[in-house]
Amino acid sequence: MTELIVPAIISCIVAFFTVYVMTPSLIKFLRKRNFSVKDVNKKEHIMIVRPGGPSIIAGIITSEIVLYIFFQSNEILVIIITSSIAFVIGYVDDRKVMGGWFKPVALVIAATPIILLGTYDSNLSFPLFGSVHIPVLYIGIIIFMIPITGNTINSIDVLNGVASGFMIIASFSLSIALFILQNYEMAIISLPLGFVSLAFYKFHKIPSKIFPGDSGALTLGGMYGAIAILGHVEIIASVALLPAVINSFLFLTSVKRIVEHRKIKGIPVEHTEDFKLKATDDKTAPVTLVRLILASGPLSEKQVGHAIFKLAIFSGILAIITAFMTGASI
Amino acid sequence: MKIGLFGFLFVMWILIIIGGGILVTILGPFSITGYGDFDWILTSGFKAIFAIILVIIWILIMSKLKNWIFRKELKF
Repeated sequence: MTELIVPAIISCIVAFFTVYVMTPSLIKFLRKRNFSVKDVNKKEHIMIVRPGGPSIIAGIITSEIVLYIFFQSNEILVIIITSSIAFVIGYVDDRKVMGGWFKPVALVIAATPIILLGTYDSNLSFPLFGSVHIPVLYIGIIIFMIPITGNTINSIDVLNGVASGFMIIASFSLSIALFILQNYEMAIISLPLGFVSLAFYKFHKIPSKIFPGDSGALTLGGMYGAIAILGHVEIIASVALLPAVINSFLFLTSVKRIVEHRKIKGIPVEHTEDFKLKATDDKTAPVTLVRLILASGPLSEKQVGHAIFKLAIFSGILAIITAFMTGASI
Repeated sequence: MKIGLFGFLFVMWILIIIGGGILVTILGPFSITGYGDFDWILTSGFKAIFAIILVIIWILIMSKLKNWIFRKELKF
């Protein structure tokens, strides 16, 4: 355990400072090339640059390379490759808006390194009841896991700071769960995700200076999904992600098809005169987590963000309880 | 409203644990024999179908529960 402390500290410092130092330069670069979109939740006409994905993937790759120097494990290679593929898919969508099916289908490619390098265990562990051996079915879980986590994080990237802030809470909950389950190496491999998100949050929090874009959100979600599979904590990871899962669940059950959110005609949220967010009564608009939070009355963007973070902390606590329950069998 | 969302999250969590219990106690030990080399394919196929049915039931319960918990707020 003690021999793991040095690589853990170095990789966390590298993860945090790579993003912290690189993002201001990326903002300048994107601003020069006018890669910006309007922040629709601000009264003034404010343009925000995107995507922040390049600094996020740089933080992940450099910190995981540091860990690879110490551990030389296939799991680290898989994390790097999966996150990189997810980044490329997101970047393609950032540059050219693709159809609703593009990201879920393309992200299956990001899952293939896990299968090809054989870095998975076909036993699916459940809290209290133990594990079940499902060799064929588990391949299906791997194939679905990365597209689900990637798109789930992408779907919650709707307000300033929410995607990165949510990922800080979910990923640190997952790291704590891995420590509880005494999977120390995977816990340390997972830590850079939280520190990368933390450094990016500094620039993404309200008022945002940069948006992560599809490349940033899919990279964070892709790495999270890969950690879940490699660390054998699929159920715990799903629990920590529940608020984002609710968002996707509400969206899909109301729209009843997989569709790019930009192509939805109904508007779920509108603005009051003082530019607070307010749920609309539009029956054609999708039901989303934000719309549900706003159903009881208008709130500021910051208040909605905090409500989502409270839900994330609650599900993070449930994930940690689940980890204790997974360690103990009936 | 927010308590409703926390309750919704909690019920989702409970359903995951119950679903896991069903999978481990019923699906885990289940195996089909008597078909030679096809035993594992049939067993895996049955387990996959059973798991998909469980997921569909989970989605249906959550959908009903969503309407029940948020019936006052969901005017849209």
